[in-house]
Amino acid sequence: MGSAEPIITVRDCWMSFAGKQPGADIHVLERVNLDVREGEFVCLVGPSGCGKSTMLNIVGGFLRETRGEVRVEGAPVDGPDPGRIFVFQENGVFPWLTVEQNIGFGLLARAEAERAERVKHYTAMVGLTGFEKSYPRELSGGMRQRVEIARALAADARVLYMDEPFGALDFLTRLKMRADLIRIWQAEKKTILFVTHDIEEAVQLADRVLVMTKRPATIAEEVSVDLPRPRDLDSPGYLAARDRIFSIMGMDARGCGAA
Amino acid sequence: MSVRPYSPVMQGRNFSIASVLLPLGVAVLFLAAWHLAVKGSGRDIMPAPWQVVLGIGELQRNGLLVPYVTASLFRVSWGFIIAVLVGVPFGLLLGWFRPAFMAFNPFVQALRPISPIAWIPLAILWFGVKDIAPIFLIFLASVFPITVSVMAAVQNIQSVYVRAARNFGLSGLSLFRRVVFPAVLPQIITALRIALGIAWLVLVAAEMLAVTSGLGYLIHDARNAGKRYDLVVSGMVLIGAIGLILDLLVRRLEKFDEVRWGYGQR
Repeated sequence: MGSAEPIITVRDCWMSFAGKQPGADIHVLERVNLDVREGEFVCLVGPSGCGKSTMLNIVGGFLRETRGEVRVEGAPVDGPDPGRIFVFQENGVFPWLTVEQNIGFGLLARAEAERAERVKHYTAMVGLTGFEKSYPRELSGGMRQRVEIARALAADARVLYMDEPFGALDFLTRLKMRADLIRIWQAEKKTILFVTHDIEEAVQLADRVLVMTKRPATIAEEVSVDLPRPRDLDSPGYLAARDRIFSIMGMDARGCGAA
Repeated sequence: MSVRPYSPVMQGRNFSIASVLLPLGVAVLFLAAWHLAVKGSGRDIMPAPWQVVLGIGELQRNGLLVPYVTASLFRVSWGFIIAVLVGVPFGLLLGWFRPAFMAFNPFVQALRPISPIAWIPLAILWFGVKDIAPIFLIFLASVFPITVSVMAAVQNIQSVYVRAARNFGLSGLSLFRRVVFPAVLPQIITALRIALGIAWLVLVAAEMLAVTSGLGYLIHDARNAGKRYDLVVSGMVLIGAIGLILDLLVRRLEKFDEVRWGYGQR
């Protein structure tokens, strides 16, 4: 899927945070290497607190790596970029703006007519038609995440960085959001780097799953999920990929083993 | 005036009979206790509730009620408006720019605990016997709470909003205008509400300064020129009633859609 040329390349990336005492730095990432090709859907999974979110924040330009090289779209990352939008788990939709104002947030430089057209299009794409004038506080958590995704798409982001965007949603909403995200991704041909601790979620979504180790984290292994979409969650291929990731993370699919 | 928790019964559509009856019940109990206490004391120096009503009527007949209320509102309005015009931008500046915070915060925190009453001699020295001196005191009393609350609001802004805004390429003034300001607007309104209460609170002290009108002046004058405690209490009741109305007016600002998200789900 997509061209062979990687759009995101991370080479020998290290990240440490200053500890409470000098010399007691917290090493979060060690020797991380990863590639994401244009149009690819890649999931980064790993145990909670392993540093996958840190990795995404580095790629997204919100944190700077301690050492190594991080390039996106041919240039070293130097801060966030409007062409590459971050979708936050804690929801970055602005509560003082309506749904349509939020979705049009990245479009203020465009002509009024074009802005209205794009807002309308992406409001419909995420299934929020009829809620244009609503405020985020009037929406459910899943709808707010849809607003945030639509806001990124409307601004014509080429790359989406998603940091456990469905983590705070209930199970059924999560399933629905995954299906919708796949549909949107197929329609829009965006590159998506998606962080989650949910292995099932990763296997349902990704072309490739990068499995991270405990801290200091590195990429333990890469699992390609070469299954047609929509994915059959009972198919042998799905179960094999899922169990493979479970075993890389040191447990079996029934949640036993060394957690 | 203190910061009260928001009462659920006062919320818009939930406006119910309880929200009228409960405060009314408290008022009736208070007036009854007051009346009985005055009667029970056997002395007539302290006015009973109805004497205070008569006192307000007397002020009205003497043509003092409206001019005094107007004079007080005039001074409080000017002191408060200038405090808002200074305090809000100053608080935003201190909250957003770390060097400004480092430079000015100790100064602000050192000025803040000085009671406005302590400034009275200097206010008279600087501004003489006109409206400026009480306006200055009211300004002083309200500018620091505004500055400090707005500063704290900016410092505690949810980082996800700022990061999302930066992600969309905003920086500098447009970041400030489109995200930082709206994100702290609910707390700005709360700060204004508290500060207006304080402004009204220092009115009596401010009108001790060589002015000859206003509700604060009424209280001093009624005591000094004839021990008219019914008029003293009339002035207190008027100050309380107007303070309540001012607070209700500011609270209406909290109902706007742009800020309602900031007051929790009630």
